[in-house]
Amino acid sequence: MQAHKRITAAINAANKDGRPALVPFITAGYPEPDTFIDTLKSVAAVGDVVELGIPFSDPMADGMTIQRSSFEALKKGVSLKWIFDQLDSVSDEIDTPLVMMSYLNPLLAFGYDALAERALAAGVCGFIVPDLPYEESEEIRAALEVRDLGLIQLVTPATPKERLETLCDASRGFVYAVTITGITGGGAGLPADLADYLDNVTSVSSLPVCAGFGIRAPEDVAAVGRHAAGAIVGSALVEVLERGEDPQAFLRALVGE
Amino acid sequence: MSALLQADEASALLEATINGELPDASGRFGPFGGRYVPETLVPAFERLEQGVQEHLHDAAFQEEFQRELREWVGRPTALTFAPRLSESWGAKVWLKREDLAHTGAHKINNAIGQAILAKRLGAQRVIAETGAGQHGVASAAACARVGLPCSVYMGAVDMERQAPNVDRMRRLGAEVVAVETGDQTLRAAIDEALRTWVTDPEGIYYLLGSAVGAHPYPYLVRELQSVIGKEARQQMIEQSGGLPDVAFACVGGGSNAIGLFHPLLADDIELIGVEAGGTGDGLGQNAATLATGTPGVLQGSYTIILQDDDGQVQETHSISAGLDYSGVGPEHALLQATGRVKYISAGDDEALEALEELCAAEGILTALETSHAFAAARNYAKENPGAKILIGNSGRGDKDMPTLTKYPARTRSHAGA
Repeated sequence: MQAHKRITAAINAANKDGRPALVPFITAGYPEPDTFIDTLKSVAAVGDVVELGIPFSDPMADGMTIQRSSFEALKKGVSLKWIFDQLDSVSDEIDTPLVMMSYLNPLLAFGYDALAERALAAGVCGFIVPDLPYEESEEIRAALEVRDLGLIQLVTPATPKERLETLCDASRGFVYAVTITGITGGGAGLPADLADYLDNVTSVSSLPVCAGFGIRAPEDVAAVGRHAAGAIVGSALVEVLERGEDPQAFLRALVGE
Repeated sequence: MSALLQADEASALLEATINGELPDASGRFGPFGGRYVPETLVPAFERLEQGVQEHLHDAAFQEEFQRELREWVGRPTALTFAPRLSESWGAKVWLKREDLAHTGAHKINNAIGQAILAKRLGAQRVIAETGAGQHGVASAAACARVGLPCSVYMGAVDMERQAPNVDRMRRLGAEVVAVETGDQTLRAAIDEALRTWVTDPEGIYYLLGSAVGAHPYPYLVRELQSVIGKEARQQMIEQSGGLPDVAFACVGGGSNAIGLFHPLLADDIELIGVEAGGTGDGLGQNAATLATGTPGVLQGSYTIILQDDDGQVQETHSISAGLDYSGVGPEHALLQATGRVKYISAGDDEALEALEELCAAEGILTALETSHAFAAARNYAKENPGAKILIGNSGRGDKDMPTLTKYPARTRSHAGA
C-alpha cells in the first residue's frame, strides 16, 4: 500500500469499529531522549496514527507546552537525523502509521530527497508542515510524492470556501482541521460552532478529517468524534509526559476505555 | 530554492529591483522572500497584501502619510556635514540624521505609515514587536497619533537593556508584553507577536518593524523607509554638489539600510551594509547573518539566516539590541547575492569606540546600532583617503545609556584639553 494510504486506511479502520480515530502527538525525544522509543511504542499501541513533533528553535504556531518540550528536546541533542536513526532500529516493531510534524527549516536543511528516502524507510507515511502554505509547497510535495509520502494540509475556521476546496484536494492521508483560531494547547475550550465547521470540512473533503488544537478531555474527543473522523491530541499528552505520568492510561481514558 | 545566482541571472535581478519590479507576484526577490506562514494567517496576509496594493500608492493615503512625515515626524531630516570627523578620518563625512526624527530613529517612518494603513484597513488594535525598543516606541506613538490601541511584544533580555524605552512606550499608552520564551530577544518577540496575531487575524493589525518576514512586509517597509534615501540623495546634491562615493548603514533586519540604499541602487555609489560582529566569529558570538549565514526559512521568509547543520536557528550576540537578530530582510539577501551591496561587520568594541569618537567630535550621541556603521566607515576612510562618505545615522543613543554606563568613557582627546 502507498505510504500515505496507510494513514487513511488506519483512520477508516477505526471509524469502521464505530469510534473516532485517535491521533496522539508527542515531541520526539521529550521528556528524555533515552525513553523516546518506549514512549512511542506506548502511544502507538493506543493511537491509530501517531504524530511525531520534530523540535524546532522557532515554533511560531505552538503554545507554551509544545514550545517548552521542543526547546528541552533540542537542548538534549535531539535532531531529525537522530530521530530517523532511532526509528530505523524499531521500524518493523511499530505497525501504526507515523506522521511527522515539522516546521520547514529543519526539513530544508536535511534536503527533501534525503528526507523522503529516510522517512519511507523509517515507517513515516506523511508530513505536516505548519509554516508551509500550499502556495510554497510545490518543491517538497514533489519530493514526497516520488515515494508516495503524504503532505497533510491544515485548514482552519478562517479558511475561505474556495481555498478549503484547494487544500482538501491537495491533502494526502487526511485533512487536518484546526479547531480554533489560535495556537496549539488552547485552554479556552472548543468553539460553539465547531460541529458546523467540521461538518463543512468533511463535506468538502474526500479524505477523512481529523480535528486538532485544544482537545484535552474525553468529552472533547467525543464531541469532535461526532463530526470528524478523528481527534488529534497534542499539548495535553505532552503535559502528561512532562508530569512523568503514563501516556497510555491517559489516552485510554480519553477514548473511554 | 538555490541561493546561488548565475552572473546573467544576478544582473537581470539587479535591474529588476532597480526598476521596482521586485518583489514579484509571489513576494520573491529572486530566490529570496516568499510567504511561509501558518494557514490561519494566510487570509490575513492576503488581506494585507490587497490593502497595501489599494492604499500605499493611492493619493489620499500618500497625502496623509506625507503630511504626517512633515508635520509630526519632522521631515525632511537634516543632512549634516561632520567637519571634525572628516578631518580626523581624512575624508568628507556626511550624516543623514534620522536621529532627529520624532521618537529618535528612522523607525517612525514605517510606524506612522503602517498605523495609517491599519486605520484604513479597519483594524481594532495593533500589535508590534521590538528589539531595541525604538520600533516599540515609534509604534506606540504612531498608534496614539491615529487613535488605535497598541501592544508591544519585547524580549525580557531586551526590556532590561533598554529600560528607558519600556517606560516611554507605557507613557505613550502602549501595553508592553514581556516575552520570556526562546532567546528572549527580537526573534522571540516576533514569534510571540505572530502567535498573538493567529488568535485574531481579522481584528489585529501586525505592525512589523523591519524589512523582514513574509510578503508583503519586506516590500511595505522598504517603500515606507525609502524616504531616507530619496531625501539624502537630493540633499547630497544640493549641499555637497554631488553624490557620495560610498554610503554606509547598519543592518539588523535591515530597514534603515534598505531605506537608504534602495533609492541609490541605480547610482554609481558603493553601498556597504554593516552587521554586528559581536565579540567574535564563532556561531552565537555575533549577529553577522549575511557574512556567515546560510539560506533558510525564518519567520515567514526564505533568506539568509544563522543556523546549525540541522536547520535550528542560532542565538546571536551583539551589544546593540537592534542588530541582535538571526535573520535579515530578503532584499538584502538578494543585494548581496547580486554583488550590488557589500555586507561587512563591526564588533562590539569597535562600535563603542566609534560612538565615543562621534560624541566628542560632533556632539552627536548616536545609537549603538548606528555606531557599527561609523566603525566600518572609519576603516574605509583609512584605505580610501579623501572619500566622500554618507552615513545613515539611523537613531540616537539616549536609549543606550543603561548599556553605556557599564563602559566608562575612554576617549577624552578633545574634552578638557
